[in-house]
Amino acid sequence: MDTVLGIDLPTWWFLLIGALISGYGILDGFDLGAGALHLFFRKEESRRIALNAIGPVWDGNEVWLVIGAGSLFAAFPLVYGTLLSVFYLPFMLFLVAIILRAISIEFRSKETMKWWRQLWDVSFCVSSILISLLLGLILGNLIQGIPLDANHRFVGRLRDFFNPYALLVSVTVLSLFMMHGAMYLIMKTEDRIFARLTIIANNSSKFFILCFMATSMATLIYIPHMIAIFKNYPELFVLPIAAVLIVLNIRRSIEKRQYRRGFVSSSITTALLLILFAMGLYPNLVLSNVDPKGHISIYEAASSDASLRTMLLFAFIGMPLVATYTVFVFWTFRGKVKLEENSY
Amino acid sequence: MDNVELLSRIQFAFTIAFHYIYPPLSIGLGVCLVAMEGLYLKTSNKVYEELTRFWVRIFALIFGIGVATGIVMEFEFGTNWAVYSRYVGDIFGSALAAEGIFAFALESAFLGILLFGWNKVSPRVHFTATILVALGSIFSALWIVVANSWQQTPSGYRIEGKGMKARAIVTNFWDMVFNPSSIERYSHVLIGALLAGSFLVLSVSAWYILKKQYLAHAQAAFRIALWVAAVSSLAQLFTGHQSAEVVTKYQPAKLAAMEGHFDKLSPADMYIMGWVDAKQQKTTGLKIPGGLSFLVHQDFKAPIPGLNSIKPEDRPTAVNFVFQSYHLMVTIGMMLIALSLFGLFMLYRKKLFETRWLMIVFVFSVLLPQIANQVGWYTAEVGRQPWVVYGLLRTSTALSEAVKAEHVLASLLLFTFIYVMLFGLFLYLLNKKIQHGPDVIDSDQEEPSSRMNPSFSPLIRD
Repeated sequence: MDTVLGIDLPTWWFLLIGALISGYGILDGFDLGAGALHLFFRKEESRRIALNAIGPVWDGNEVWLVIGAGSLFAAFPLVYGTLLSVFYLPFMLFLVAIILRAISIEFRSKETMKWWRQLWDVSFCVSSILISLLLGLILGNLIQGIPLDANHRFVGRLRDFFNPYALLVSVTVLSLFMMHGAMYLIMKTEDRIFARLTIIANNSSKFFILCFMATSMATLIYIPHMIAIFKNYPELFVLPIAAVLIVLNIRRSIEKRQYRRGFVSSSITTALLLILFAMGLYPNLVLSNVDPKGHISIYEAASSDASLRTMLLFAFIGMPLVATYTVFVFWTFRGKVKLEENSY
Repeated sequence: MDNVELLSRIQFAFTIAFHYIYPPLSIGLGVCLVAMEGLYLKTSNKVYEELTRFWVRIFALIFGIGVATGIVMEFEFGTNWAVYSRYVGDIFGSALAAEGIFAFALESAFLGILLFGWNKVSPRVHFTATILVALGSIFSALWIVVANSWQQTPSGYRIEGKGMKARAIVTNFWDMVFNPSSIERYSHVLIGALLAGSFLVLSVSAWYILKKQYLAHAQAAFRIALWVAAVSSLAQLFTGHQSAEVVTKYQPAKLAAMEGHFDKLSPADMYIMGWVDAKQQKTTGLKIPGGLSFLVHQDFKAPIPGLNSIKPEDRPTAVNFVFQSYHLMVTIGMMLIALSLFGLFMLYRKKLFETRWLMIVFVFSVLLPQIANQVGWYTAEVGRQPWVVYGLLRTSTALSEAVKAEHVLASLLLFTFIYVMLFGLFLYLLNKKIQHGPDVIDSDQEEPSSRMNPSFSPLIRD
């Protein structure tokens, strides 16, 4: 099999897509979280500051979703088609929420009427929450595996997706994003909204830790295949331990009022949780919970070596570029938010 | 056609038609913005700065809706067309991924600087951001059109596997990218976008001129956009002809549908306008006998294969629809050339901005490139049916197996609701921004207020 630097091409793409999804979780995670917290800010000025804290970057953050989905399409077309069609309605709701959220941000500042702003504030908040919950719902079902027969045909029903474990993961993702968003907003704000956010960060981190513990327990008890890898490679157990330490570090950072450190920690938490999920999957991309033959492995789903190799070259050229723009934009808009004529 | 297929096709057509209003506008507007801001940096004239800021706000509105509706398209390939996704992932997926990494990332990142960076970065860096956003949208169109063109004229691939497991594999990446129709179709689409953007600027500026508001701004913008429009509309004649040649060579069924030509092998007429009765296999209308034959072979008698020379199951069914779409596009193309050249002539005669009726025509002209872009797209897409990948994969087999008709119906209703609301809000906010006009920053310069009598302003020469 074709390899690059000793790693086969499908594995490269498994890693790259994992990195893209983690990047999406970290970047859009904080602006989705900021959106989910939006209605906690009561004053018009606070809401504007919160919105302008993500204003110049949220669109760039969403790029990671577009590239991630595009890469999944290109590298593992079988998985792309199967997953998106199996989760048809959740994805359709997700898309509608993405549209609503984008236009809420764009439209809110265009009129000064109270009802107008209230309407888009609610729409912004609800769509942010909905997106987080749907991402969690899909993730929760992927962790458990979905009903695919030996030919990868879907043999389940829509309502099976709404099982307790998936709902738990769903709420956990929301709580993670809310905490992450609070930490980001704290770094970007001062005065009244800052004071309010310190309380929100404190509460949301407690809420997250509760969800994190519940999900970890449920996974240990009900989803044995996700932890099977540690039986073969016990040294990898360092990762879940790291995750626990980092999560505890978030609490410590909040108590010591070191929010930058807290934000970095919640970013790492997002990545680590996705890495743990990926380790449980590899070398599969989709697990079937009715027939092991229904698992879709990266080798079965992969595009041709020629295509994967060309795209890997594109990724090596393109990813540093994307990272550079991202850093440049965040650096340009560094520091606390000040409202001005161009603000939302 | 079963319900899932019908509904999925309606949903795809509807969501892409709606999406296709916005990216061409942002591409064309992006180029106009680069010209405006470039002139500002060159001349330090406040009018150009105010103009740039005004159009950036409109650009933001259009761009935002374009992005939000574009993400829908990316996901729909997987949700509604899973078999298609698997079949073409190797090829179409790579082009889509390349679009994301090389184009979309560029425009989205620098859009933040364009919108909010006025006081954060130097004017030069801001101008660079404007150029990068414009370039990003141009590259974005490139990859999307490449991906679509591969479906029209596949090359650089081989087929692996059989039946439902069959898929297309890239054998030569650059042959796939530069497939026989890529360049021709891309230039045609790109110029269509320049027309969409420039005619928006023309329309809004003409409206201000009629209302005698912001005259300095409106006339400056009008001149810029008129040049873009004139050059583009003439160039469109050329790229249109090239696209037609590609269709002639690679998609004979589409060409035959475009001209309503049924006879197996006979000279074909060219219609100025007409009506196709597909049942009777008869086309009537105003025509140049043998015109198509002449255009293709420079010979009025040269035979062109008609629809009857193609297997019944491989013919496009909506022949009249393709015919009308195509002819409407061509007619509008001619109108745009006439309008922009006449505009330039009147500018040269220094009568352009005083000719009221012409300004009124320009106000409404914004609809023309929009209609032409839409019907041009219909011609290309409906004309290649029943194939989703020409000659390789039928639309009817490209569907997702896991999806039920009622789910597609539900999502279609949801999208219809959201898009109708979105379009209403878009028009409302666009109108509001136009009513509000450019913000005049400097009030004690040589031009006290742009609302004042234009004869006081040294900027107005015509």
